Amino acid sequence: MRLEPIRNPSVARRVVPIGLALGATIAIASLLASVAGANPFSVLGLILKGAFGSKFAIVETFNRATPLIFTGLAAAVAFRAKFWNIGAEAQLYAGALTTVVLGTGLLAWPSFALLPLLAFVAILAGALLLLVPAVLKTRFGVDEVVTTLLFNFIFLLFISMLLEGPLKDPMGMGWPKSARVVAEARLPRIFEGLRVHWGFALALISAFVVWIIQTRSTLGFEMRAVGLNKDAAAFAGIPVNRVLVKTALLSGGLAALGGFSEVAGLKGSLTLDLSPGYGYTGIIVAMLALLNPIGVIVAALFVAGIFVGADSMSRAADVPTYLADIMLATALLLVVLAIMLTRFRVVRD
Amino acid sequence: MDIIEILFTASFWAAAIRIATPLIFATLGELICERAGVLNLGIEGIMVAGAFAGWMAVYSGTGLWVGVAVAMGVGMLFGLVHALLTVPFGLSQHVVGLGVTLLATSSTYYAYRLALPEVTNPPKIAAFQPYEIPVLSEIPLLGPALFSQTPFTYLAFVLVAVVALVLYRTPVGLAVRAVGENPAAVAAQGLSVTAIRMGAVIVGSGFMAMGGAFLTMSAFDSFFFEMVNGRGWICIALVVFGSWRPGKALLGAILFAAFDALQIRVQQTGFGAEFPYQIFLMMPYFLSILALVAMSRRAEVPAALMVPFNKGER
Amino acid sequence: MTQGTAEALRLSNITKRFGDLTANDAVSFSVDEGEVVALLGENGAGKTTLMNILFGQYTPDSGTVEVFGETLPAGNSRAALDAGVGMVHQHFTLADNMTVQENITLGVRPLLSLGLERAAARKRIVELSERFHLAVSPDARVGSLSVGERQRVEILKALYRDVRILILDEPTAVLTPQEADDLFSTLKQAIANGLSVIFISHKLHEVMAIADRVVVLRHGKVVGGVRTADTDTHALAAMMMGSQAEPPEIAPGKAGEALVELRGVSTPDIGNAPGLKAIDLTLYAGQICGLAGVSGNGQAALADLVGGMQSAARGEMILYGNVLHGWSARQAVHNGIARIPEDRHKTGTIADFDLTENAILERYNGAPFSRRGWLDWGRARRFAEEIIEKFDVRCPGPETRIRLLSGGNMQKLILGRVLEAQPRIILANQPVRGLDIGAVNYVHRQLLDARDRGAAVLLISEDLDEIMALADVIHVIADGRLSPAFGRGEMTPAELGIWMSGQGFGAGSYHAA
Repeated sequence: MRLEPIRNPSVARRVVPIGLALGATIAIASLLASVAGANPFSVLGLILKGAFGSKFAIVETFNRATPLIFTGLAAAVAFRAKFWNIGAEAQLYAGALTTVVLGTGLLAWPSFALLPLLAFVAILAGALLLLVPAVLKTRFGVDEVVTTLLFNFIFLLFISMLLEGPLKDPMGMGWPKSARVVAEARLPRIFEGLRVHWGFALALISAFVVWIIQTRSTLGFEMRAVGLNKDAAAFAGIPVNRVLVKTALLSGGLAALGGFSEVAGLKGSLTLDLSPGYGYTGIIVAMLALLNPIGVIVAALFVAGIFVGADSMSRAADVPTYLADIMLATALLLVVLAIMLTRFRVVRD
Repeated sequence: MDIIEILFTASFWAAAIRIATPLIFATLGELICERAGVLNLGIEGIMVAGAFAGWMAVYSGTGLWVGVAVAMGVGMLFGLVHALLTVPFGLSQHVVGLGVTLLATSSTYYAYRLALPEVTNPPKIAAFQPYEIPVLSEIPLLGPALFSQTPFTYLAFVLVAVVALVLYRTPVGLAVRAVGENPAAVAAQGLSVTAIRMGAVIVGSGFMAMGGAFLTMSAFDSFFFEMVNGRGWICIALVVFGSWRPGKALLGAILFAAFDALQIRVQQTGFGAEFPYQIFLMMPYFLSILALVAMSRRAEVPAALMVPFNKGER
Repeated sequence: MTQGTAEALRLSNITKRFGDLTANDAVSFSVDEGEVVALLGENGAGKTTLMNILFGQYTPDSGTVEVFGETLPAGNSRAALDAGVGMVHQHFTLADNMTVQENITLGVRPLLSLGLERAAARKRIVELSERFHLAVSPDARVGSLSVGERQRVEILKALYRDVRILILDEPTAVLTPQEADDLFSTLKQAIANGLSVIFISHKLHEVMAIADRVVVLRHGKVVGGVRTADTDTHALAAMMMGSQAEPPEIAPGKAGEALVELRGVSTPDIGNAPGLKAIDLTLYAGQICGLAGVSGNGQAALADLVGGMQSAARGEMILYGNVLHGWSARQAVHNGIARIPEDRHKTGTIADFDLTENAILERYNGAPFSRRGWLDWGRARRFAEEIIEKFDVRCPGPETRIRLLSGGNMQKLILGRVLEAQPRIILANQPVRGLDIGAVNYVHRQLLDARDRGAAVLLISEDLDEIMALADVIHVIADGRLSPAFGRGEMTPAELGIWMSGQGFGAGSYHAA
């Protein structure tokens, strides 16, 4: 077999494979749920109901989606330039860490000054953390996939060390947990009475800003050029390494902003389970969004919906919650395949 | 105890070899994939799946070696998924690899929860026991370190030799190396690039799963979540460190494991107790990064690594 | 030549389409045992596609291939190889990091057999290379071999498999005239032993020299078949090109001031590619300077230097009278150097960018296409439309991804992109490689016009005919060294060939390959 590019893909060609991929994902999940004893035809309904069926469920989904938008943007920005940042998990914790360090009483600033500072320092921390793999890549040619992955393990151990040492909450009853941030360091809720905080709005704004950068700025042009063809970019005079470093700074900063938003908007303190793998899930969000920053918002809501829905389904139908991860992995693999099939036709030689 | 003293105890080296074994299997597996031109980031998840599958098989009543075969088979199945998507369809090896890791990990945990719904402490199995090789095991220092291991460990060493032999001394090994250097050269000689690459990825994934199975069937006797704990990613660094050669990769795995064994011992000394234990746990990951930096300039990367081949592309 | 009695090969009614393009349209011809048939045609005539079908790399939409009376299964290289068909591709199919022997024996023994029988294989390779005068060491790494040596490895690969029908795709494109002669004598020896050869070329004099018979392809169709004894180059040219436009009239250029001067410039070797070795070169306004040479002899280093991709390690580069300090691609562009890269697919354009994005690729960073880091897409689009209009780029519109354009149209976009900036210096690296005759003439016309407007042109080409036709002065490059300048018509091709092979640079420095 051979793949042949399609000159003018029809609308059906662009939509049908992706629809099939999502359909197959649901079918596989239903099948697996039936192995666990659930009625396979109720799976989709249970997930949808669990994710969007009540005011409480929707709020939960939005809160889950918030960090995923940040990490999804981090991955989308980096992958566009073919910089494989798999370390959004560590960068998210970096942002959470600086927020806790500065936000638990060290600075007695009013909210309107403290919150921007905390956000700014978080971005800086995430950016700096990713600077190391970026420099190792551009200077020594070390593959950033492995370094960013390994950094996740190192940084989580570092956080664990701090939480058992200098950052340990004296009131924490022995749990490795930081003190709570002060009231001035909390992101308020958008609507009174709803648990959706301004972190979600910040995520939407970030997605929009990234979109503007990618489509309108010379930096965005450079990042796309480097991602699509490094050699041609270099020949045209684009400073490839400098672009990669800038990309890394932006990507790391976005992930770290997610950490700030989680601490300041939702959790209030830092623990080792602040993120149930948001950094990794962000990769899936980015891929499902076809690396489009606005698409990231939709994809993050979709992914968060699956998580929240699967949680609720597992309570209702006694299906292990890991089904959500299986669904995401399947969706990721099948959607990537489907995207390829929207642009190429499989032909015999 | 002094660090130098530790280095001269047999129990230290025995531990090092034990720690090295799963790395040897998985590094060999990754090496085969990469030699054929495919980066397999499914390694971490495939190790998890192998760890569970082998252990579960034995727990359900099969023999130990059957358990190893089951683990390998499960690994090959995930290898097939990876190979199908990355070879004939030429999808991003990064994305597919991470997807396979997530798929393998989550379906393993799902299966675990289904198989053992009410369990808080996972059951134990009768794992591989050390087998002292007659005569050889009586050599001072070397004997207890190398020749008093479990048969599963011996298999790892045999496999290194077999893989080296196949790669450098057989037609199929020649084809695997060539397909990682220039797939067009392989196609021009009438061989199927797709078949060779897929075969390499599937077999390599089988070895990765065996590495995982060693954890539950020889190093320990039970399955825990998070037990693979980044070993797969470390193996990817070890492949680079070993310059894509089985012998050097073996050496790298043992060196790495020795360092790991050392940090565990130092942790237990009075000197080590002055530092937070996390510092020691970080060491293997730092070491992997250092190894990558040190080798990055000298490494002879297979020329067609991560380059998909689309027959007759114009 | 042996009298062809038995039929070695028959292609019947081969048709192959790629999307809308019919690459081969009901092509039929045959080759007898011991016969040399030249397949003649312009770029894009469908020669390579046809041979890939014969060799089983493509499946035809219809038609059959018979070898010694047996029909080959379609799309099966293995079957073709087993039937005794061998192919030397234009772009060599060798693994650089492996030895000659490994490349030759790859895939010969069944994959699942044990052992490589290396001693026996080695003996056979040495025998073959002695018998056919194809000197090359079985243990050498292919990456360390010269282009000529690599071609010998390709031919050995075929001979090792007892090839009975050998397809050679543009085999002389990368050889010096002398190396080409060596190739022909090797082939004649093999032909005398009953080998049949299909020789793909667009060089008429070669075809006349080696072939018994010529089959001419145009637009995928066979438009004629003649014995070389019954024809001449003029008749063949007419058949090959049909009623295409004549090549441009060429008047000599008038040299003006020196725009670029290289004085004793050296650059480091990069891998197997030699760097420059203390070269002196001056490019004058209003003149085309042709750089002749076998590829891989330092052309890339010189192109990189002039194009801003690398700086001189030693010596100095003088641009418009000023010695350069610090040099980059971006500076080259902003100093009025138009760069037409060697590989328009890999370095010249970004396949998944549209025409607009590719048009501004070199100059997005500043007026008029951006201000303070923000792009003006309207301006960029108008620029792309201008190029499309002026340079006759055939495409649906500026938002078309450039991947979908033909090579000729892609090259026109690159020409437009660089020429619209009114460059004073033009670096044209293999500007017509792979283009059909119409596009070739167009590109040449543009280069000549730019010269007449006062630009200095550095034309790098492997095609000696192209250099001799266009260049006002010629330098030959061999192993990173540069010959003195030769005026138009001063040297014959054979004399240039001696320089190309590295001779002529003075005794002592020359070493035999």
